[in-house]
Amino acid sequence: MSTATRVPGRAIGAPLDRIDGPQKVTGTAPYAYEHHVGYPLYLYPLQSDIVRGRVAQIDASAAEALPGVILVITHENAPRLADTSDKELAILQSDEVAFRGQYVGAVVAETFEIARHAAQIIKISYDEKAHDVALRADRDDLYTPDRVSGGFPTDTEEGDFDEAFSSAAVKLDETYATPMEHNNPMEPHTTVAVWEGGDLTLYESTQGPHRVKAKVAPIFGLDPSRVRVVAPYVGGGFGSKGLPHANTILAALAARKVEGRPVKFALTRQQMFSCVGYRTPTIQRIRLGADEDGRLTAISHEVVEQTAKIKEFAEQTAIATRMMYATGSRRTTHRLAALDVPVPSWMRAPGECPGMYALEAAMDEMAIKCNLDPVEFRIRNEPEIDALTGLPYSSRNLVACLREGARRFGWEDRDPIPCVWREGRWLVGTGVASATYPVGRQPGSRVRIRCEGDGRYAVEIGAADIGTGTWTALTQISADALDVGVEVIDLKIGDTNVPFASVAGNSSGITSWGSTIFEAARAFREQHGQDPSEGDEVEAGMPENPETDNYAMHAFGAYFVEARVDADTGEVRIPRMTGVFAVGNIINPKTARSQFIGGMTMGLGMALHEESLVDPRFGHVVNHDFAEYHIPTNADVGEMDIVWIEEEDPYVNPMGSKGIGEIGIVGSSAAIANAVYHASGIRVRDLPITPDKLVQ
Amino acid sequence: MNEEEIMLRVDCEEHRIIVDTRTTLLDALRERLGNTSPKKGCDHGQCGACTVLLDGRRANSCLALAVAHDGAEIVTAEALAENGDLHPMQRSFIEHDGYQCGYCTPGQIVSAVGMLDEVEAGWPSHVTGDVSAEKISLSDAEIRERMSGNLCRCGAYANIVPAIREVADERARR
Repeated sequence: MSTATRVPGRAIGAPLDRIDGPQKVTGTAPYAYEHHVGYPLYLYPLQSDIVRGRVAQIDASAAEALPGVILVITHENAPRLADTSDKELAILQSDEVAFRGQYVGAVVAETFEIARHAAQIIKISYDEKAHDVALRADRDDLYTPDRVSGGFPTDTEEGDFDEAFSSAAVKLDETYATPMEHNNPMEPHTTVAVWEGGDLTLYESTQGPHRVKAKVAPIFGLDPSRVRVVAPYVGGGFGSKGLPHANTILAALAARKVEGRPVKFALTRQQMFSCVGYRTPTIQRIRLGADEDGRLTAISHEVVEQTAKIKEFAEQTAIATRMMYATGSRRTTHRLAALDVPVPSWMRAPGECPGMYALEAAMDEMAIKCNLDPVEFRIRNEPEIDALTGLPYSSRNLVACLREGARRFGWEDRDPIPCVWREGRWLVGTGVASATYPVGRQPGSRVRIRCEGDGRYAVEIGAADIGTGTWTALTQISADALDVGVEVIDLKIGDTNVPFASVAGNSSGITSWGSTIFEAARAFREQHGQDPSEGDEVEAGMPENPETDNYAMHAFGAYFVEARVDADTGEVRIPRMTGVFAVGNIINPKTARSQFIGGMTMGLGMALHEESLVDPRFGHVVNHDFAEYHIPTNADVGEMDIVWIEEEDPYVNPMGSKGIGEIGIVGSSAAIANAVYHASGIRVRDLPITPDKLVQ
Repeated sequence: MNEEEIMLRVDCEEHRIIVDTRTTLLDALRERLGNTSPKKGCDHGQCGACTVLLDGRRANSCLALAVAHDGAEIVTAEALAENGDLHPMQRSFIEHDGYQCGYCTPGQIVSAVGMLDEVEAGWPSHVTGDVSAEKISLSDAEIRERMSGNLCRCGAYANIVPAIREVADERARR
């Protein structure tokens, strides 16, 4: 059986309002901290204020004497963990400190105020060792990881790059840099941990309840059946909540010491900058060679980035370069510096996002060197097959996106010469960039469908909705899969009491979960027919998609941006952005559009605002709050014109859809950087493009 | 630890509670009164997720100490919906998909409601052309400027602005 036959639906494609809308607009949807638990205690963490060394002495006597303090937990009295192989999560197991801000203990008290005060009066002294937190491309200790994140090869070589580059008619050799960035979902990472009779319940802010369960159970030496994770509503994640971080372990460790009483732990915004992952800074050298006609003959993308000494995370930064454009030769490499830093992790489109910033900025520069329009230059280098796999694309409509975007935006009259369009004090320019993201697919999801009588169906899968619209989209998919109306579907997600679902990441949710729903619905109808009895149920797992052996599957897109640069102050404004996407079938146009504008808005933040600044002397992020780590505000965002082109892709999954959660941030920062160059004549190659870099 | 007894009128209901004087209005609402409609996003007045109407004006409840607001009248997003009917601003946010994860949303909506009252009262903003004008013309730039104290990491701003605009236009027609 092929999974690839698209079922024409009634609910799929409808712009339904979010079914959880009324709960969200009234604030009654329960996020992790907000589940009703009886007689909770409150946790405030103790974090190392050195980068590297050992805890020498802890004096908690004053804190322990405070009325309302129940527990001070440190490595001296913490329960031993059964599995300490993950050094990010194996906290309070020794006196060792491996990065600034690492948890060295916690206070548990009757109220948040008492816990916070107690934490402030605990005296910890350290034996401090020398540390190293500075990423530079010229370090002599860069190393080559075995693989990069996602299981991809670290380096690739296609043809003879050195020969092709040296003999190219037109050459570019530039280095681009992106800074450390923090995901900063609005809901801080949160855990409410409850131990009852050896069973652990976690109310958790997570993109993958089942992933948390699978990770936490062995750490506490528990059979997975004794761990339950509950996460019906999640206040954003963007990757940082894709895997459990040490805050989850800290809350569960502390709760174990006060068995029977729930322990609540939400990070403060400042604490969000030390222990829940971040996007690694990158230094990316790009070399492009082309012939006289502007056809690429050589592409090289060499990435230097950082990881933590305690745990490797190797971002797959150059991965999109391996397939984006046709070329005669190609080289991609990743090198890591292992530093005394917190563990980097996923942030929206890890790999593709920073990598495509560099590639698409370089493509803009190269188009100018080739004396070609940047849209035409990209179209000229459109590949026929996927260079990474040698397979044809199931669908690839980048060219259509570029052409449609150019038409909508009014690109054709553009004067390519930079810094000539001036309106008063504003220098005006426009820029373009391409986008891509693979059709993510993760194995293992399962769906249970049960007839509840009265024509209603329960559809259960432990997936997460982190704002992506899962509640609504899976309801629509369930309705079409069962050939019933959305109003008779009772979807249940966000709980490990329902069947396993893969994590909400890699833009893979709808492909993985939706395919499984279609499979379960098919099995349900096969077993129970069109008129089932109350209690009839089936459970089914995600089917294979044999077409993945035959086709490379990617989504594509293009951005067109207008930038205005204040000639005196260097302030940049972005009055309008156009995004055109080729992403297969859209499940819900209303929530899909939100995914695109959300990704592009975060891309605007990446281009102009976001940068976590580490003080190399002390190893911490100095600008660790929203007053100083700037994310886009309402006033930063102008007109957003979003469209998608018709794209029938019968191979990707039964819905004909491609993941859309991440593609909107891939390349959008490059389009802004390219527009800023066109406006000002200044090519900034290290993000973010802050005013100081434009005032010369 | 110092404690004081205070009275808060929250969403039309009176509550007498004894609070730690360090307790913020936000924590009093969430942890003492079980009203989790206002959210804690930063606890420092930098994100607006905790916005409530405090004696009729929008305020960051994380920057207010509960003890300093004895007798205050507080309205959260939960109470904007009356008798199960959503407030027009709530309906408009749903219609325009002016949210994604929903965590900043109650604050955005309360802030938008408070903001329209400020505009009606003639309060100028940073982008107001004629600050002495009796009537403020509510351009999109005005909405964006006046709503910039409410951060949305999902990036729903481009939907939030038309959601508010629709309510403002409807109000202007009445």
